[in-house]
Amino acid sequence: MKDVINLQIWQMASAYVFIVVLLIFVRIRGISREKEILISALRMTLQLILVGYILVYLFENINPLYTILVIIIMEIFAIYNIFKRTKTKLSKPLKKIIAISMLLGTLSSILYFLFIVVNISPWYDPRYFIPISGMIIGNSMTGISLGVTRLVDGMHTQKHLVESALMLGATPRMAAKKIVNNAFDSAILPTINSMVGMGIVFLPGMMTGQILSGISPITAIEYQIAIMLGILGSVSLTVILFINLGYKTFFNGKSQLVIGD
Amino acid sequence: MFLLKEVKYKNILNIKALTIPENKVTCILGESGSGKSTLLRLLNKLISYDRGEIFYNNQSLKEIDSVKLRRSVVMLPQSPAIFSGNIRDNLLIGLKFAEKPPVSDDRLHAVLKLVHLDEDLNKDAEKLSEGEKQRLTLGRVLLLDPHVFLLDEPSSSLDEDTEHIIISSLVDYVKKNNKTLIMVTHSKKVANHFADNTFEIKKATIINEGEV
Repeated sequence: MKDVINLQIWQMASAYVFIVVLLIFVRIRGISREKEILISALRMTLQLILVGYILVYLFENINPLYTILVIIIMEIFAIYNIFKRTKTKLSKPLKKIIAISMLLGTLSSILYFLFIVVNISPWYDPRYFIPISGMIIGNSMTGISLGVTRLVDGMHTQKHLVESALMLGATPRMAAKKIVNNAFDSAILPTINSMVGMGIVFLPGMMTGQILSGISPITAIEYQIAIMLGILGSVSLTVILFINLGYKTFFNGKSQLVIGD
Repeated sequence: MFLLKEVKYKNILNIKALTIPENKVTCILGESGSGKSTLLRLLNKLISYDRGEIFYNNQSLKEIDSVKLRRSVVMLPQSPAIFSGNIRDNLLIGLKFAEKPPVSDDRLHAVLKLVHLDEDLNKDAEKLSEGEKQRLTLGRVLLLDPHVFLLDEPSSSLDEDTEHIIISSLVDYVKKNNKTLIMVTHSKKVANHFADNTFEIKKATIINEGEV
């Protein structure tokens, strides 16, 4: 197998031609997005350089506390991002449910994946722990964000139907069933769709990265299949936990709907 | 059947005392915003009163499980709630919610006849007119066969003639089957013609109560 081509600074810099082309295009067309493009390119560069150095430090100074700290930071960032992404106002109990579902869903999936599927040693090996946790937490964050939006919107726009169901003698679970199922569906669908197109429409990032770094495509594929299943499991578990606990925050103990107009 | 004592709900309703008798047709009159619908919602335990007490069959509403109560005291809101699906789905969904066994198409046709809705059970319910939707939802609650019907302006989308026919057939059903009907209506004519009992709510309080 050939050696990996290490990119020189000038080679990396030449890739910024794509940004320059984009900037010229938006300038000519009068689309005022130059600032956003520049800031996002700059942020991406700085963030990745920073992460690169942090990872180098973590891999050279292996310590279980560092690994745990990184996972905690990832979880906090992901949960905060879900709150920020949702356009509608979230109630305090619902925010609590989001945080609990994310923590329980992702952590149990990460632990299962690392200790049963991959069987890493030592248990805190950051080379496995950090990237795999990142993928699982990131995908679960996207899934649960979609689920939250669909659940909150559904409960508000279909308030009349939910309340009518209660009037007819439905339990809160029955009254919210359709909205809950829709929320689950929209949360899980992107992961399922990405699995369908995988390998044909696109080569996933993790696999591409491994192949570029000289690992056999077969090994890369083995990892990719396992991680996709892990992601699907984590997204499902997180979303199932969220919707099954989350819909209850729209009702009180007397089976009454508690959504403001 | 229902006994209300010093019931207060926010600034919307303030009732000193009220009795709603069993196996009778009771009409609630009043201007819009006077608190009529709120009263029905309180009786269906969709909301809870701040003060006072409401008794249903001598038991405080606070002590009765909401879902259990609503399966005995069913409410129909003013604007018809249509669930996705056809007419059959919309009739059967009430039974599903109340955890009662489904019924045959013959029974569904009989209920549609009762509410004067001559339509195919497979027709998309969303395609019905407002008045037809209102009759469909009325059919849905009749199918549930509860002890008490709480109906909020069940004929608001109907013309006067149809209103008379529908309410008349509804009252017949209630009388024949020893049910209790509590109905909010804007029409004094309907109240005078069909009610055994009527009361009027004005500015959150009852101003006029009596047998017709």
